[in-house]
Amino acid sequence: MAAADELAFHEFEEATNLLAQTPNETTTRSDQLSPKGHVAVAMDSGGSYGAEDEVEESDKTMLLQEEKQQPGFWTFGYYQSFFDVDTSQVLDRIKGSLLPRPGHSFVRHQLRNRPDLYGPFWICATLAFVLAITGNLTLLLAQRRDPSIHYSPQFHKVTVASVTIYCYAWLVPLALWGFLRWRKGVRERMGLYTFLETVCVYGYSLFVFIPTVVLWLVPVPWLQWLSGALALALSAAGLVFTLWPVVREDSRLAAGVLLSVVVLLHALLAMGCKFYFFQPLPPEPMASPHQATPPPPATMLPPTLPRSVAA
Amino acid sequence: MAEAVESPGDPETTTSRPLFAGLSDISISQDIPVEGEITIPVRSRIREFDSSTLNESVQNTIMRDLKAVGKKFMHVLYPRKSNTLLRDWDLWGPLILCVTLALMLQRGSVDSEKDGGPQFAEVFVIVWFGAVTITLNSKLLGGNISFFQSLCVLGYCILPLTMAMLVCRLVLLAEPGPINFMVRLFVVIIMFAWSIVASTAFLADSQPPNRKALAVYPVFLFYFVISWMILTFTPQ
Repeated sequence: MAAADELAFHEFEEATNLLAQTPNETTTRSDQLSPKGHVAVAMDSGGSYGAEDEVEESDKTMLLQEEKQQPGFWTFGYYQSFFDVDTSQVLDRIKGSLLPRPGHSFVRHQLRNRPDLYGPFWICATLAFVLAITGNLTLLLAQRRDPSIHYSPQFHKVTVASVTIYCYAWLVPLALWGFLRWRKGVRERMGLYTFLETVCVYGYSLFVFIPTVVLWLVPVPWLQWLSGALALALSAAGLVFTLWPVVREDSRLAAGVLLSVVVLLHALLAMGCKFYFFQPLPPEPMASPHQATPPPPATMLPPTLPRSVAA
Repeated sequence: MAEAVESPGDPETTTSRPLFAGLSDISISQDIPVEGEITIPVRSRIREFDSSTLNESVQNTIMRDLKAVGKKFMHVLYPRKSNTLLRDWDLWGPLILCVTLALMLQRGSVDSEKDGGPQFAEVFVIVWFGAVTITLNSKLLGGNISFFQSLCVLGYCILPLTMAMLVCRLVLLAEPGPINFMVRLFVVIIMFAWSIVASTAFLADSQPPNRKALAVYPVFLFYFVISWMILTFTPQ
């Protein structure tokens, strides 16, 4: 029978040849067999196995000792462990946040439980500056069309933008984490994310707003609302799919309330940014009665004349 | 295993003997002098140098520091692979550049309106806290550059943008118009690219190779914000 043939002892051709050549040597593993170097490898392997065992032992003890000595929060090394990411990893995480899939939690699949602080911090910084700059650019473009609008650099908006974005991206995860911990105390079966993982999820979910804000430069209202809604949907979906495995164990009411509050806060942020930084243009130009300068066709600089005349 | 020292006169006796057994066989010839003085001329020179900087005139001290700052300016303007900025770092150049830029960027005190350009303090804070944040970021990512070396490089590489600010102020004295804006835009873009190239030439080598982009991106953001402030400067 075929099965019996397979079970019978098969002598390998190579091994028999080599044994014939060097009858005193023992055969080693097949991956170490080579026609020329065979003798040398066989003789060394006996000695090296002992050394390998010793090395493995010392490695194990070293690893255990390293695990025990985690650096304290006052050392630089503690914070360095949160920046232990490569360029490719950050780009993968950003891509993962742009395309959320149901059932794929961002924490499990992208972070693999190794959160980093680089992404959230610099995404928030970029978003704050992009908001302030594009808001100012909108005013510049509006002034170009209608020279009676006074253009100014509006530098205070940078402060407002950065405070808003950073508070949102760090305080809301803190509240969420605290709430989840409290619920875990009530219901034991719930899962839990660490504070840093929550901050990471929120930080990476804000990335999709950066291209959206740049798109808001185009002064077409339906396009602005459409891109805003799309960005909000993607971002909120990412958050919901990440939080779902954790709140699934909780009562339906609590889970529903939590998820809807998360989505609502996100929507409030998006709309607040849209209205504050991209104020809709006034329906009629606020022209002072003494304005005598005829608007040149393509002026880009603010007319200093109306202000001094109106003052 | 220690082997016995071979006595120089007997090359045939190579059998193993206890250590230093052959020393008694060596005789020291009388005409090799083994006495004398050991002086280290370098030490006395350093002592001389230290006391001389205390006694030199103020003009010498200032000129030496100014020459060091000027030399580093040249290294920024013509970025080559040299270590001068990193080795002899100083913070005079960044301070001079930051104060010049902030003085030129601030809006006049007559304007009491809230939305205007940045104040002196805002520019100062952005430049210095931005530089500190980028330095901390690159150190946390595992770069092997020291804190002040990185501050020095980032501060010196603001020089092209300060020159752009000077040019913009001169161009703004002319009549306003689209050509005016185009000229300023062109100058700021060129100087922004120059700053990025200069700072990357010095900073990129200190990072591990798979994290270079992560360390360079904040530098890009920093100089972009400064360029934006320069471009939107409007005189009152």
